[in-house]
Amino acid sequence: MRSGVIAKKLGMTRLFLENGAQVPVTVLQLDNLQVVAQRTAEKDGYTAVQLGAGAAKAKRTTAAQRGHFAKANVEPKRKIAEFRVSPDNLIDVGAEITADHYLAGQFVDIAGTSIGKGFAGAMKRHNFGGLRASHGVSISHRSHGSTGQCQDPGKVFKGKKMAGHLGAVRVTTQNLQVVRTDADRGLIMVKGAVPGSKGGWVTIKDAVKKAPFADAPRPAAVRSAAAAAPAAEVAVEGGEA
Amino acid sequence: MNLIAQIEAEQIAALNKTIPDFKAGDTIRVGYKVTEGSRSRVQMYEGVCIGRKGGLTISASFTVRKISFGEGVERVFPLYSTNIDSIEVVRRGRVRRAKLYYLRSRRGKSARIAEVTNYKEKAE
Repeated sequence: MRSGVIAKKLGMTRLFLENGAQVPVTVLQLDNLQVVAQRTAEKDGYTAVQLGAGAAKAKRTTAAQRGHFAKANVEPKRKIAEFRVSPDNLIDVGAEITADHYLAGQFVDIAGTSIGKGFAGAMKRHNFGGLRASHGVSISHRSHGSTGQCQDPGKVFKGKKMAGHLGAVRVTTQNLQVVRTDADRGLIMVKGAVPGSKGGWVTIKDAVKKAPFADAPRPAAVRSAAAAAPAAEVAVEGGEA
Repeated sequence: MNLIAQIEAEQIAALNKTIPDFKAGDTIRVGYKVTEGSRSRVQMYEGVCIGRKGGLTISASFTVRKISFGEGVERVFPLYSTNIDSIEVVRRGRVRRAKLYYLRSRRGKSARIAEVTNYKEKAE
């Protein structure tokens, strides 16, 4: 299991391909993405890497976090996330992951916080049909209608779809295809929409419902080694950084 | 310029398309690449441009209307589509609207558009 990455959603655009196809893409940016800590089986009981992305002002970072970043010898990060990896895919602390981590054609799962819609009615929240526009319906054209039966059962069942808060929850979109990557600017372009607003943080992982991509760099595409060494040597080179 | 706008500008530059100066009311001929099985050819579609959308951005498009076998047909082309082989201006029309949707309810004589006689080529 390979590590995922933290990315910032920049927005959407379209690409015109050579074969005439036009592809709607979401542009995601890897902003200063580095390994901040490792979780190992001996110490923590599981293996994972903790990644940090973005830049935070040192004076606005708590002292505890400053210590944590200082230990890894990295700049304070804006966003931190942990990714479970298999022991052979651990990445060294301080290594900077580049956009080459994903290759064009690969499928990924992307998780983010969806755009909050506030308190929404049943029509918007659950795609209810609402009531009729005429035939005696009064003031309740967008209401949900009946919520149950009568004296038996005499209650509204739990989980009944009703009006309430919509959005601003963690959403994962599965099987999005990577169309293009740009390592110089740290850009990953995936086909289709990604949860969340522009400027929001998302996490990208290899798709769980697709076979592992054979050519993908393991354990990760790392900045210092990415230029010269082939994928197999990346881990060794990254260790010196 | 934000990064998205930069990516779009780069893509427009990379596509390297020459787009003639045309606007709503002009009669244009679009060469559109059609792939049938393994071989592809260029299909010509000629009609009146009844509107343009999106300026010169990557998502820009234009609508071409023609009367085909007595039936009005409209096609929307993405301006920077790689499927567009050529765009050729056949006739310059004089109109007072940016969008000529009124042509949809007109037939024959009343759907005519006067030609521009004093068209000046735009300096690039």
